[in-house]
Amino acid sequence: MQIETTINGKKITLEVANDELLSDALRAKGYLSIRQGCDTSCCGLCTVWIDGKPTLSCSTLAFRVRDKQITTIEGVAQQAEEFAQVLVAEGAEQCGFCSPGFIMTVLAMKHELKNPTEQEIIHYLTGNLCRCTGYMGQLRAIKKYLGGA
Amino acid sequence: MFTIEQVLQPETLEEAYQALHGNISNTVLGGCAFLRLGSKKIATAIDLSELKLDYILEPGKEIEIGAMTTFRTVETHPTLHQLFNGVLPKSVSNIIGVQFRNVVTVGATVYSKYGFSDLLTALLALDTEVELYKGGRLPLEEFLQKSFPKDILTRLFIQKNARKASYQSMRNSLSDYPILTIAVSELNQRWRIVVGARPLRAQLASKASEALSNSKLTAEDIEQSASLAVEELSFGSNIRGSAEYRKAMCKVLVKRGIMEVLQCK
Amino acid sequence: MKYVGKGLPKLDGIRIATGQPVYTEDLTPANTLVVKILRSPHAFARIKTIDTSQAAALEGVACVLTHQDVPKVRFTLAGQSYPEPSPYDRYILDEIVRYVGDEVAIIAAVDEKTAIRAMALVKVDYEVFDPVLDFETAAEHPSVVHPEADLACNIDIGLQQEKNIVCSHINEVGDVEQELAQCDVVVEETYYIQAQAHAMMETYRAVSYLDHTGRLVVTSSTQIPFHVRRQLARALQLPASRIRVIKPRIGGGFGGKQTGCVEVFAALVTQKTGQPAKIVLDRRETFTSTTSRHAMRLKVRIGADKEGFIRALDIEGLSDTGAYGEHAPTVFWVVGEKTLPLYNKTRAVRYHGQVVYTNKMPAGALRGYGATQGTFALECAVNKLAEKLNLDPAELRLKNLIKEGETALAYHGKRLGSSTLHQCIEKGKELIGWQEKYPRKEMGNNKVRAVGMAVTMQGSGIAGIDTASAEIRLNDDGSYTLLLGSTDMGTGSDTILAQMAAEVLETTLDQIVVYAADTDISPFDPGSYASSTTYVTGMAVVKAAQDVKSRIIQQGANFLETTVEEVTFDGQLLHAGDKSMTLEKLAELSILGSGKLQLVGHGTYGSNVSPPPYVAGFAEVEVDQETGKTTLLDYVAVVDCGTVINPTLARIQVEGGIVQGIGLALYEDVKYDTKGTLLTNSFMQYKIPCRKDIGNIRVAFEESHEPTGPFGAKSIGEVVINTPAPAIAHAVYNAVGVSVTKLPITPEKVFMGMQK
Ligand SMILES: Cc1cc2nc3c(=O)[nH]c(=O)nc-3n(C[C@H](O)[C@H](O)[C@H](O)COP(=O)(O)OP(=O)(O)OC[C@H]3O[C@@H](n4cnc5c(N)ncnc54)[C@H](O)[C@@H]3O)c2cc1C
Ligand code: FES
Ligand code: FES
Repeated sequence: MQIETTINGKKITLEVANDELLSDALRAKGYLSIRQGCDTSCCGLCTVWIDGKPTLSCSTLAFRVRDKQITTIEGVAQQAEEFAQVLVAEGAEQCGFCSPGFIMTVLAMKHELKNPTEQEIIHYLTGNLCRCTGYMGQLRAIKKYLGGA
Repeated sequence: MFTIEQVLQPETLEEAYQALHGNISNTVLGGCAFLRLGSKKIATAIDLSELKLDYILEPGKEIEIGAMTTFRTVETHPTLHQLFNGVLPKSVSNIIGVQFRNVVTVGATVYSKYGFSDLLTALLALDTEVELYKGGRLPLEEFLQKSFPKDILTRLFIQKNARKASYQSMRNSLSDYPILTIAVSELNQRWRIVVGARPLRAQLASKASEALSNSKLTAEDIEQSASLAVEELSFGSNIRGSAEYRKAMCKVLVKRGIMEVLQCK
Repeated sequence: MKYVGKGLPKLDGIRIATGQPVYTEDLTPANTLVVKILRSPHAFARIKTIDTSQAAALEGVACVLTHQDVPKVRFTLAGQSYPEPSPYDRYILDEIVRYVGDEVAIIAAVDEKTAIRAMALVKVDYEVFDPVLDFETAAEHPSVVHPEADLACNIDIGLQQEKNIVCSHINEVGDVEQELAQCDVVVEETYYIQAQAHAMMETYRAVSYLDHTGRLVVTSSTQIPFHVRRQLARALQLPASRIRVIKPRIGGGFGGKQTGCVEVFAALVTQKTGQPAKIVLDRRETFTSTTSRHAMRLKVRIGADKEGFIRALDIEGLSDTGAYGEHAPTVFWVVGEKTLPLYNKTRAVRYHGQVVYTNKMPAGALRGYGATQGTFALECAVNKLAEKLNLDPAELRLKNLIKEGETALAYHGKRLGSSTLHQCIEKGKELIGWQEKYPRKEMGNNKVRAVGMAVTMQGSGIAGIDTASAEIRLNDDGSYTLLLGSTDMGTGSDTILAQMAAEVLETTLDQIVVYAADTDISPFDPGSYASSTTYVTGMAVVKAAQDVKSRIIQQGANFLETTVEEVTFDGQLLHAGDKSMTLEKLAELSILGSGKLQLVGHGTYGSNVSPPPYVAGFAEVEVDQETGKTTLLDYVAVVDCGTVINPTLARIQVEGGIVQGIGLALYEDVKYDTKGTLLTNSFMQYKIPCRKDIGNIRVAFEESHEPTGPFGAKSIGEVVINTPAPAIAHAVYNAVGVSVTKLPITPEKVFMGMQK
């Protein structure tokens, strides 16, 4: 079916299958920052914003984003790069495969929580798995970023 | 992954209900996280998104939660944080992650009566009623115990009262399914002790609750009702734990739940 | 030093972090066939008949391939230098399927949906056999997992096919039984380590196509491009010169991608159809149909005299390699290699045992590679020994561990080039607060806190076997190109190697273009495994840099019309007396002008030693005595990796490895059903640690200087995963007196232990 939606601020008509997942639809449209790490909604790699809320694109049927605002990391490139600079200075992007979903969640947290505590940061990001870094460097980067931003 | 032949976005519940009964494989969509794990071949997928069931309202003496409300909404709702010592937000807050909880829905969870459900355990310790489109309004406990014809869960109602409550779960990795869940609550000296993920679905330990309600709440009384809960409920084994371990944990967590309620303001 | 020792950001950091399309699947050409694999539902069966006619007839299906369509040549998917010690025990597709998930048919279609539809149309009739599921009884089982006559080994590994024994091994120095008999104190225990999953976030994937000359090109998320090329050549019966393997950015490997799990399937489709083909395993296939850590049973006997000197050590191992023997002998040998030399006051040491085939998913290489299993068993036993001797376990270790300059029985006279392990222990004790916290502290509320420790060693590269090359060319603009065959899988090795080159060439990082890895262009490198890249490839890079530098000076002498001895070169300018020339000018003249010589430096290095990095690991846990739940509060790892080339990246390596070790210790449980189907086949059932599961992790370095390493460096990638399991087990024991000998340490095991 055809749906109208907004991706990164641009109105777009998407042709999607009834059972197509948003993650697949986005990759097919060329948003290659969308990564998938699982098939059971567990890893957070595929996180995008739907109407500003961090959401698993792998668990969202594409037709359901009709008339919604979708944001991928391509749509917040500048903010993403600002945070990425801090992340990279900590070396906490190791293979980088989890990073886009992780960064989208960090930025969402920044919008949603004011001065989060360490506990709140960890809680907000628990749904973002990372097998490489051991999480500590990511936490250091977030603290620096929030402290400095 | 499931497949969908046709999508229906009904404008009335009646339309949704009719569609649900059209073909045996017609299916209501919640957040789809659970449906996705299976390989169901859905003829007509019934999407309730247009029915405006994504809300939490508190019109009077009740809290009303629409079926399409996500766990994240439950987790962050200010009133739910205040009521019942925040057991509802607490019960869902360990489930996978924020972006997951922005997907999964209350209606699907309650309707599916999952054994492992954290939310059901907490809801059952409160004064909760469910509304089925055809089946009407009925206590959650009754809904869980009986089977009903295929229906659509539309809303939950929770009595707004001074119930004090505690939620406890036992997990190994904190983002894993629970090995056992416990909710304990008290209102006017009437106690409710609920045990879930046994791994069978949440159930009220009625003898234990009764005994506790009629006791003086001494250390022995508490011990006693925790033991009663273990005796009256059945426990099973799965990859997360043995029946034996679950029984032992039931006793520990029930005690902790009671103690926590006693300390609640 | 200007670059070595600096925590510089990774060259590719910003681009990979912000989601640029630089991974295998992102590079798929248009109109690429999608490859899907039909897998065996049985643990052990023979395919009686397989009917693909309906599937093949479906519109959009390019081919359906079965065991009848593949060359009858056995090979191994293990990424090892030729001649591989792993047995040649598999075909691309076999008539016999040996585990649930083994490949039955390859389906290629225009899109995923069509391929999946076609898969459902393939009809297979199986003759089902009684599977061998329990590795402890595999040798006596009437079923033979590999009955075939053409199974072959390159070297004698002690194969006994009819007994399901793929490898038998014994390494004894001195007389262990006699020494044990003379010891005042002997402890004995049997330990079990589970078949941990790598769980890298990017699952296995490869894309293949034919280039303009008809050569086969395979882009793959692999750690071993050159080995994959050789595997493909054998499996597809093509000359290696007709194959090119490219490694783009990789989403994690951890040793998993040291086995060629998927390339051959895409490549076969391209070979048969001439069309581009891609295979992307889903998470479930990654759990069920690739490789894992070798599950092992290790029985340790360790004896000491009254003074607390460890005199005898015996480890008897049994390893489960699953259905195929990828890395079976080598992982098994490493258990002994990385344990026997640690405590060198011994008079006799022995490591012996067998590796068996079973009808489960094959095991393979995983970070730690046997050392992890060996460390868990040995260090648990050492902690137990300390208790029996009534000695502080840290003291026992300080007293018995090998020191720099010393030798050990297993080293046969060779001396240890570098070690600061003793300082690591001292530092770790201080950081964790060992004096105050050991062994336990009651916290009230049924909570107890306790500390535990373990030490470990690994290697740096494979001595005498793996050899790497590097090439540096001076470009016409005065910049350099560093050509590598090693495979940065997120570790930052491309950056670290560039740091080394920059140091030698006295230039800036932005003057060095790093290119890796592509078998058409890169010089040979076995790939990134066995903790070899910094050490082995690093030395090759240093040599290549020195080589090109001396050529620059030589060329400078020519242009400045003087002798080499007169020329100085500071990275930018060449000076001789009052004459000088910029590097840029020299490059320009050499390549474009009168010099007529493009300057290229080469370096090849293989080491005849594999210097061990060390870690002392300390865990502080809180155990809930009523539930058995262990909460890790703090983990301290103090590391000797020689010179730390890049402290930022090294620290992340350590933290990441520790967390993977914590997963092994506490959460990552592997469960099969009675028919041999893996139950823990998703992130929903197999729990890798999440952010809330790990507590605090602190890392410190105690640098040593390894004389054979680049700038004194050793390795760091693997050693860091080894200590958490034994250190946490020790802490749990100190807390509640329960010794969990079977990983993972679940609340239930601890609780049940307390009831005894
Ligand atoms: C990886 C994973 C981990 C999880 N971990 C936990 C956990 O630790 N604790 C826990 O409590 N839960 C857990 N859950 C369950 C989760 O919290 C939800 O309860 C579950 O996913 C169902 O919600 P959904 O919106 O995804 O339902 P869906 O998948 O959309 O639907 C589930 C079923 O409900 C039916 N349905 C949906 N809406 C209605 C309705 N209004 N009326 C009638 N029928 C309806 C659907 O037809 C379907 O049969 C987990 C789920 C997953 C996938
Ligand atoms: S891909 Fe893993 S949660 Fe979406
Ligand atoms: S950096 Fe590799 S998974 Fe996070």
